Amino acid sequence: MSRAAVLGLEDGSTWWGEAFGDGSPATGEVVFNTAMTGYQEIASDASYNGQIVVLTYPLIGNYGTFDRAAESRRPWVEALLVRELVSTCREGTIDLDAYLRSYGVPGLAGIDTRALVRRLRARGTLRGAILQVPPHRSQDPDIAREAVAKAQASAPLAAKPLVVEATGLARQTGSGPKVALLDTGVKENQVRCLVRRGATVKIFPATSTARDILSWSPDGIVISNGPGDPAAIPQIAATTRTLLDAAAARGTSRPLPILGICLGHQLVARAIGASTSRLPFGHHGANHPVQDLRTGKVAITSQNHEFQVDESSIPRDSGFRVSSRNLNDGSVEGLVHDRLPIRTFQYHPEGAPGPHDNEPVFDAFMDDVRDAVARK
Amino acid sequence: MKVLIIGSGPILIGQAAEFDYAGTQACRALREEGIETVLVNSNPATIMTDPGVADVTYLEPLTVEVLERVIARERPSGLLATLGGQTGLNLAVALAESGVLERYGVRLLGTPLSAIQQAEDREAFKQLLLSIGEPVPESATAHSTEEALAFADRIGYPLVVRPAFTLGGTGGGVAGDPEELAVRVGRGVAASPIGQVLVERSLAGWKEIEYEVMRDSADTCITVCNMENLDPMGVHTGDSIVVAPSQTLTDKEYQMLRSAALRIIRALGIEGGCNVQFALHPDRAPTDDPDAQVPYFVIEVNPRVSRSSALASKATGYPIARVAAKIAIGKRLDEIPNAVTKKTTAAFEPALDYVVVKIPRWPFDKFAAADRSLGTQMKATGEVMAIDRSFEAALQKALRSLEVKGQGLLWEAPSWVSSADPTEFIDKFLSGAPTDDRLWRLFAALRRGAPVDAIHDRTRIDRWFLRKIARIVRFAEDELQGRTPTPALLRTAKRLGFSDADIATLTGMLSEDVRRLRTQWGIRPVYKMVDTCAAEFEAVTPYFYSTYEQENEAAPLPGPKAVILGSGPIRIGQGIEFDCCCVQSAGALRDRGIAPIMVNSNPETVSTDFDASARLYFDPLDEESIAAVLENEGTPVPVLAQFGGQTALNLADRIAAMGGEIAGTSADAIALAEDRRRFHDFADALGIPQPPGGTAESPAEALGVAKKVGYPVLVRPSYVLGGRGMEIAYGPDDLARYFRSALEAGTGRVLVDKYLRGKEVELDAVSDGRDTLVAGIMEHIERAGVHSGDSYAVYPAQNLLPAERDEIVELTRRIAAALPVKGLLNIQFIVESGRVWVLEVNPRASRTVPFLTKVTGVPLVSLAVAVALGSTLADQGYARDDGLWPEGSLVALKAPVFSMAKLLDVDTYLGPEMKSTGEVMGVDRTFAPALWKALVAAGLAPARSGKVLVTVADKDKAEVVPIIEGFHWLGYEIVATAGTAALVRSVGLRPRCSPWRSCSTSTRISDRR
Repeated sequence: MSRAAVLGLEDGSTWWGEAFGDGSPATGEVVFNTAMTGYQEIASDASYNGQIVVLTYPLIGNYGTFDRAAESRRPWVEALLVRELVSTCREGTIDLDAYLRSYGVPGLAGIDTRALVRRLRARGTLRGAILQVPPHRSQDPDIAREAVAKAQASAPLAAKPLVVEATGLARQTGSGPKVALLDTGVKENQVRCLVRRGATVKIFPATSTARDILSWSPDGIVISNGPGDPAAIPQIAATTRTLLDAAAARGTSRPLPILGICLGHQLVARAIGASTSRLPFGHHGANHPVQDLRTGKVAITSQNHEFQVDESSIPRDSGFRVSSRNLNDGSVEGLVHDRLPIRTFQYHPEGAPGPHDNEPVFDAFMDDVRDAVARK
Repeated sequence: MKVLIIGSGPILIGQAAEFDYAGTQACRALREEGIETVLVNSNPATIMTDPGVADVTYLEPLTVEVLERVIARERPSGLLATLGGQTGLNLAVALAESGVLERYGVRLLGTPLSAIQQAEDREAFKQLLLSIGEPVPESATAHSTEEALAFADRIGYPLVVRPAFTLGGTGGGVAGDPEELAVRVGRGVAASPIGQVLVERSLAGWKEIEYEVMRDSADTCITVCNMENLDPMGVHTGDSIVVAPSQTLTDKEYQMLRSAALRIIRALGIEGGCNVQFALHPDRAPTDDPDAQVPYFVIEVNPRVSRSSALASKATGYPIARVAAKIAIGKRLDEIPNAVTKKTTAAFEPALDYVVVKIPRWPFDKFAAADRSLGTQMKATGEVMAIDRSFEAALQKALRSLEVKGQGLLWEAPSWVSSADPTEFIDKFLSGAPTDDRLWRLFAALRRGAPVDAIHDRTRIDRWFLRKIARIVRFAEDELQGRTPTPALLRTAKRLGFSDADIATLTGMLSEDVRRLRTQWGIRPVYKMVDTCAAEFEAVTPYFYSTYEQENEAAPLPGPKAVILGSGPIRIGQGIEFDCCCVQSAGALRDRGIAPIMVNSNPETVSTDFDASARLYFDPLDEESIAAVLENEGTPVPVLAQFGGQTALNLADRIAAMGGEIAGTSADAIALAEDRRRFHDFADALGIPQPPGGTAESPAEALGVAKKVGYPVLVRPSYVLGGRGMEIAYGPDDLARYFRSALEAGTGRVLVDKYLRGKEVELDAVSDGRDTLVAGIMEHIERAGVHSGDSYAVYPAQNLLPAERDEIVELTRRIAAALPVKGLLNIQFIVESGRVWVLEVNPRASRTVPFLTKVTGVPLVSLAVAVALGSTLADQGYARDDGLWPEGSLVALKAPVFSMAKLLDVDTYLGPEMKSTGEVMGVDRTFAPALWKALVAAGLAPARSGKVLVTVADKDKAEVVPIIEGFHWLGYEIVATAGTAALVRSVGLRPRCSPWRSCSTSTRISDRR
């Protein structure tokens, strides 16, 4: 063991293991993800900004890391907790350890991750802090106490500028109908899915105004996923409101299709006056069943969110209704406008990691976009 | 609504206990829905044929004619065909195609006929895949060698040959050149019921990946699990070491194949479960191209529940067969509750937070001369599974579960020892076709310092697996070997799955010392739950595995409880019968208000279904793991060791030695019956007649004994399992040869007994130590000398005199009272010229318990459980003055079923070594029709006319005459080899001489068909 590390949780529990990745300390909300593959996609998903992620699958790092599996420019998790870190033996890949180290992200291996997950399930998401020490100070109770104190003193998610950190620079890619993407922490596979379906995607940083976006005269708008509490970013909800108003003003004759994903879905809900609330321990995994309320068909989805749209708070006159629900807890998984081509999804239709089953969401959106272009 | 369910018949290589598991789940799932179930199966040693599983059960041969009669009588409205293995599926197709289903208005439930036909007909399936853009390896169907050779001219070699419509790929194989191709095609065409083979490009060396997929009528599709074969393509998946979930696949690859599997199940229109096998390119480096795909091919689809789905069910906790049955009657996945969480539904995909390793169990310990190479023809009879939080620990636990005596991590074949150089070792032992012992070859190569890359180059096993295996070997060699254990070292070793026994060997201690150190340092396993959801939801499954971690999730079960020791992997000599007894014992405990706790390592069986007991520990059946289970359960728990065959029985004395409580027959009484020499003395003292003989430790002693009692003699080791190492010696040469091989195998003391040529009789009884009830006496059709498991047996015995019968019952009572037996008892006798000799006593459930229970109605297992826990036969209302349960009006035949076609170079001659893999039952009012049914069920229905080939050894010629005459009078033409023909002529018949010599060593008659 080169370095020991301890995770202290705000409930006072401490978890000793071996450190990997970067040698820095970390704090954040501790959440767990149950996907069995795709650790790099998870680590590089900006929605995890501010969170320490426990991976429930015990062997992590098996096939290394590589550019194509990165969902953004860097890993965003505050730290990664695993049962066992495995080094790669695949050509053309880099060890997860080295990947995290090069971006200053620490990791903790060798802990009973299942016991930790059961604790999070029972008590809800907890704040945690990781401290690293030389191996001879492993199990030092003073260090463990310090980690707990740090966890208890750490700032809640809402207090951090998570989206602003996560959003990227403006850029444009692809060719075809123009899709404006409001980047609140976008996963690259959303961009790929759109480009593959023949879109020109222009990415607007989260700080962009509605006017910035609309003045590009997009044929469709995507509001992406992103980190944190949607209630903590009222200005982006306001931007969303303006975009929805623009779509409403254009009506059905010159439609402006809008697609909201994850945080984007929550922002649309808040923009129309609905409220959002925290789930006990969030949804993080690649196996969440979602039922389409119209067809009854169930889709297996990739999910990563702490917050949900409160179904009862959706204003009756908003024109929106719930289109799908989570089969496990009944939470809202999608909204659809009864007249306009506006659809939002709590889950990640782009997978990465997770099933490809829901890519038809992008097909439907691009159909709407093409339809809008045809009516211009 | 009434539904007909077709079982899978006898256990064969390629079709084993997994279908009892599937069928039992299906019956229960349908009955829950208020559906009346009618079951047909010819295999009595199954839980599904137990009373109370289906509403109506027919123990009849599985043929179209029989099924039609059942349908005509029962008039079911639906047929469930996808849960009875390939047998059930083929019969359903035959019933549909022959118009029976239409005639009686029976609807095929679930997966439509067209989907079955499309998946099973290779050409149609290939066209379907191509139409949806799924890649298939270039291939052609062939009905002759010429067609195959023409295809080979276009594609080149190597090619793989697979016969159509067969179990476990019977008759298939890889061909590297035209000669090999001709041989393979010839065999394959002969093995295929439609005379068709598929010849295709060989993908040897590619990764083999499987997906278990479900689809409902609303087109919701999910994957239950994916699995990665440690052995690359080329080894049948049933013979591969399989890991779940996949370990070396990126999310891109995982999802690419998952999507392909879903496209396939949708295109076929399957409603139920389906297994899709892929070959994935093994070493494609990831690229930046977003649209780049790693090449793959679809290899096979099973439109039914399979061995893999049983494994996936146990690996994930998701009951595939149960859900498939519900889908078949029109339920949607989201309408079926998740039995594990009770909160969520079946419409989800399990998330694993552990690693599962399956290792097959091969019969080569029985068939030393057999061809042990592994290829496209499955050879394993059973399998074990292990669950742990690391690959190393799961693999080592699976090794422990295999129960191959003495074959731990450190085992090496004698022939390897001289190759100390790693390069030489790889050249000699890891370069040819993979063999059943390849895992030990990998250990041995790594122990010699062979680099992972060098092994990978030869074996094509992924470096990831090799590195993990190397970690085990390096830890053993560098950290444990010759070291003094410290708490940290011991803890690391346990987390890597090292057994106490291996740690003891490496560190030069006794395993008791290792256990004591562990106890002292608080290093003990905890138990974690298999919950389908990686702890995301609170689950109620009582399904646990051991691991060395922090938190224990299995608090001691409250209230009265008992531990049942399972029977481990299915192997020749220890089949599904014992699992059947274990499951029955769990039910009996429940009936008595006692919580049954099951320990077993076999993923195929009903006993490892998480609702078969109050708690399931999926762990190896060895001393270390049972000790840990007992410790975890806290208070002293009675242990039932008499139902899990020899595996469980062998543990009894060790459990007793560590202070455990063996319920029923004591460990000492068991040891007495098991040790043939001790038993001999015991029987002598009781005045129980036994064949004359003695023990010998040297050839000279043996020859002395044989000379005294006279040849032929039966020779066997003094402490053995299931007829292992038994032989009949007809003269001093035989005896000397036997002794040489016995000494080589390290057998030690050998028993030499007079071989009596009488009638062999066998019974199962239950005793409380005072009263004894014989449930029934069975007579073997073959004479003594053929292993009882390989013999046809008839109940009730047809040729016993009342005095003989009384003597048999009396001897049984005396033995039971003297041992004493508290529970089940099986005794084999020889009856020769009015005298009764005791051959063998087994104080445990025997192979015939399920058979006899079914035909007599005596609940043997339930009585044994009651007695073991302190009740008496009198209390249970089963004490009888005459000690013998009255015979009913039925005659039942038990017929053995063999899997010889799957194994090359195995002598089909029957002797004291058991060779059969399964059994069937034929029941009727008289002997002849019962025998006929048994023959039909065993797939041996004789032709009603034609030729009979006769070839017998000189010593048997005298006895064969009446048999030949019988065939002659039935109108068969007699064909005989030269010597036998002379004999036939001498009795006045005119045989046709066969063109080959019977003693030819190069040609097997079967090859000249």
